[in-house]
Amino acid sequence: MNLEALIASSFDGLMLGFVYGLMAMGLTLIFGVMKVINLGHGPVIVIGMFAVLVMSQALGINPYLTLPVVAVLGIAFGVVMYFISLHRVINAPELTTLLATFAVNLIITGLMTVIFSTSPRGLDVSLGALQFGAVTILGTRVTAVVIAVIVTAALYFFLYRTRQGKSIRAVANNRNAAELMGIDSTWMLALSFGLGIMLAMISGALLATLFSFTVLSGGGLETKSFVIVVLGGLGNPTGALFGGIIIGLLESITTIFIPVSWVPVLEFVVFVLILLVRPNGIFGAR
Amino acid sequence: MKTLTNAPFWLLLVVIAVVAAAPVALNNVSLREDFFLILMLIILASSTNIIMGYTGYVSFGHIVFFGTGGYIAFFLMQSLQLHFVLAALCGGIAASVMALLIGVPVLRLRGAYFALATIGINEAMRSFVTNFEPFGGSIGMFFNFSVYDAYGGAKNAGQLAYYGIVAVALLTVAASFLIKKSKFGLGLMAIREDQDAAQVLGIDPARLKVLTYTISAFFPALAGAIFFFKNGIIEPGPAFELHRSIEALVMVMLGGYGTVTGPIVGAIVYDRLRSTLITAPPINLGTLTINLSNFHLVIAGVLLLAIVLFVPAGLIGWLRQRFAPVRRYLE
Amino acid sequence: MSSKLSHLLFLGGLLMLVMLAACAPAPTPAPTAAPPTAAPKATEAPKPAAPTTAAAPAGAAKRLLIGFTASQTGAQQVASQKQTEGLQLWLDDVKKAGGIKLKDGTLYMPEMKFYDDESKTDRVQALYTKLINEDKADFLLSPYSSGLAKAAAVVSEQNDKVMITAGAADDATMEQGFKKTFQLYTPASRYLTGAVDMFKKFVPDGKKIAIVYEKDSFSTSVAQALQPYAKSAGYEVVVYEGYDTGTTDFAPFINKITATNPDAIMGGGHFADGTTFAKQLFEKKVPVKFVSLLVAPPEPTFKDIGDAAVAIIGPSQWEPQVTYSTESAKAAGLPYYGLSAKAFTDAYVAKYKSQPSYHSAGGYAQGLILQKAIEDADSIDPAKVVAALDKMKLMTFYGVIQFSTEAKTHGKQAAHDMVYMQWQKNAAGALVTQIVWPLEAKSADAILRK
Repeated sequence: MNLEALIASSFDGLMLGFVYGLMAMGLTLIFGVMKVINLGHGPVIVIGMFAVLVMSQALGINPYLTLPVVAVLGIAFGVVMYFISLHRVINAPELTTLLATFAVNLIITGLMTVIFSTSPRGLDVSLGALQFGAVTILGTRVTAVVIAVIVTAALYFFLYRTRQGKSIRAVANNRNAAELMGIDSTWMLALSFGLGIMLAMISGALLATLFSFTVLSGGGLETKSFVIVVLGGLGNPTGALFGGIIIGLLESITTIFIPVSWVPVLEFVVFVLILLVRPNGIFGAR
Repeated sequence: MKTLTNAPFWLLLVVIAVVAAAPVALNNVSLREDFFLILMLIILASSTNIIMGYTGYVSFGHIVFFGTGGYIAFFLMQSLQLHFVLAALCGGIAASVMALLIGVPVLRLRGAYFALATIGINEAMRSFVTNFEPFGGSIGMFFNFSVYDAYGGAKNAGQLAYYGIVAVALLTVAASFLIKKSKFGLGLMAIREDQDAAQVLGIDPARLKVLTYTISAFFPALAGAIFFFKNGIIEPGPAFELHRSIEALVMVMLGGYGTVTGPIVGAIVYDRLRSTLITAPPINLGTLTINLSNFHLVIAGVLLLAIVLFVPAGLIGWLRQRFAPVRRYLE
Repeated sequence: MSSKLSHLLFLGGLLMLVMLAACAPAPTPAPTAAPPTAAPKATEAPKPAAPTTAAAPAGAAKRLLIGFTASQTGAQQVASQKQTEGLQLWLDDVKKAGGIKLKDGTLYMPEMKFYDDESKTDRVQALYTKLINEDKADFLLSPYSSGLAKAAAVVSEQNDKVMITAGAADDATMEQGFKKTFQLYTPASRYLTGAVDMFKKFVPDGKKIAIVYEKDSFSTSVAQALQPYAKSAGYEVVVYEGYDTGTTDFAPFINKITATNPDAIMGGGHFADGTTFAKQLFEKKVPVKFVSLLVAPPEPTFKDIGDAAVAIIGPSQWEPQVTYSTESAKAAGLPYYGLSAKAFTDAYVAKYKSQPSYHSAGGYAQGLILQKAIEDADSIDPAKVVAALDKMKLMTFYGVIQFSTEAKTHGKQAAHDMVYMQWQKNAAGALVTQIVWPLEAKSADAILRK
């Protein structure tokens, strides 16, 4: 064991955790509002990655400047996806919505494979680095953290301070009551699904600035999102942010102590145990 | 048991047996290979349906039993030279014991939480086996080609594997039928509709569910043992592939959730669809050539979506709803 | 929202998907696509679906069907597609030459037929059985990747079909006592041993090597052979660890590696992981002089990561700059067969508008070796072709080929050597690949990381 490596890894994991948190927030928001587990989450993250890649490589736009475009695309895509795949079955048992979103997963993955092939892709972004001994703080990671925090704050402002956001929360609490109060619940469901997809795509865009990726990268990220969401409590966006940070730290710190291939074993065992012991997440009520 | 004198029960088994015998009678090897895959999918779909269709618990990671059964059987065949049938049975029993152990805590969870837990169990198992050196770790295990000599060469081993999969498929379907028609099955459906009410009626949901989970784990484990015996190689990735679990769910939905024949029909339709798309010739539309095989994922997705949205009861479910007389024959 | 409107939206969405699908380019050549200069006799080519068992008209070339599965979807799609393109190019060349001629004047016109295996073992055995029994394939080629090739070999062996594998480098695959399976790729155990030799030459004062590898079958076999080799060469292996296939972030792992102060890092896995690993090594300014990674560096999109790619070394089965030629064959006392490496590269670039990778070369070589074996055997009888392959020792554009004839490792590649490529900046500052090892084949001098 090496103290320097441990400190360095803690910083790396902490910073990455914010992006992981943002990634899982989309999943948990959708579950919180409409009790749907979106099995198309992974491919949507990948769309975010490729959206940045295409815009920055083909049009020469700075990857960070494409983020607003990615966000708008995300909401639009999410709303369309909601009406195509979910609207008809929103009150059906959860298996139905799982399969509907899985169908979307197949469609997106299939189309992306045809268009982009499964070649590894990457973005060449560099914002310099600060080095203190073994600790390297990368500009790209700091920027990703800042953006993740801004997006989270904006989400909270929207959900708690705007009329639309309050309506979404009302629908999440009790859809029938919300409708009686004159809220157009269909539009609120579509909007919150759009927001969830937007969060996934933005996180994909940020991940693309950090790592290489392929059309198939979504699978692993989707499973990781499940772990984070359960850790933070299903349906709880703040919980997801903290869940992400915990997973980021857990991965990076355990890497120093145990062989790195055992890290996923530990991660999934923790995941199952948390589900069994505290199904509402480590912050949730028992 | 009343079911054993029930005509549709025997009819169904006889139909499967006769159809499955066709490639052997015709001595058509490529038909046999196609049927092998379909029968394997029938086993996976039907066993998923036993836990999911009858109790409402969506087991997303049911493939964990396929992989576990496959690994244990493969290990016994390779290191102890155990006979394939015996090894497969050991694999099946081991998977059932595992289901019993994890079922007790995990089946307390409801709905989405249970589904997520099964995913977690499968992923934990996959990454564990990747690190588990006695099972070959990430390289997995492989037979020396001469292992098949004990069964009269690789060709005969292929035939033997086929008989094995037919037997397991018949067993699975029979079990699925018997459970549905028994008092036990009625108890399960009561749990599916309203667990709390079922409890009031004197049903012990915990015991029933764990027992069902244990039974439903046995068959995919046998299928895994046979599949990897025939393949001659087992690796962690293909053994614990989450995607295969989800495909089984798709088949159950396609055919009809909670019915006996539904998963069978779903498996056949799904497999034929995939296979047709994969081997389809390109379509020429004037100057434009569309290669369907590039789009098979997309087409499968669109079809699945259409079924989920417009025929939620599945093919068999739809038939049963639409034509009342069918209900007597199609369970 | 009324349900009518949602129906409309659904239909609209479907329509959009269909349109998108229609506009997208098809990445793979259609199976048995007829080349523009197809010989007039090859009229069956445009009908790939129908198993064309009808006998060719008298005097015409006989059809020689070569069957295989390719990964048109899934993880292996990129490499598999390149391999199929290479094979297609060989097919074009044979057709241009009028087919494969035997001494008695019999003419064989090869055709290929393939199905998508989705990069999964599920359907491989069923599809190979179909190729053998229904399509009546005369010879088989392997799917891409070791796992799939193993499953296919079980079927080809039990049906007594000759199969030539490319893209299947696993040692274990070829140690099962196969009788009719022949491997073109240098096996995994020799993938990185050359990197150790090279490290010794360029960093004479180096002492510590870190071996990190993806926990999958191929990369683990490479690492398992690399570790004892590095030790026997006198190096201290300071890290020997595998990472999970799904790993996205390597930062903590890199911290752990850096803490041991290695002079070289060797290993890697596949595409996305290798690329990220190289990128993060660069970002963290890890002071390692020598980095050699599997699979990812020879891939053209590796240069997406920009400066991080500089000085990264990758083992490759083949690179466009290789210097195998009739002269070098003469010097080595070997016969040379087929076209030159330059002719292959030029033809490939002309046809596909992109540089060939080693997968492409492997695809072409599969066809070429089969052609040579049929010519040597003067027959398409499997037993005679096997005998010819057993005897074969020659040089092609792809390198030297010789198969093991020992019972246990029969068919394993015994002569072909890896080359090591490196990303370097040319005078204009653009990223290019160069061969840096072995020295006699180098196209540029190796550079070290700073």
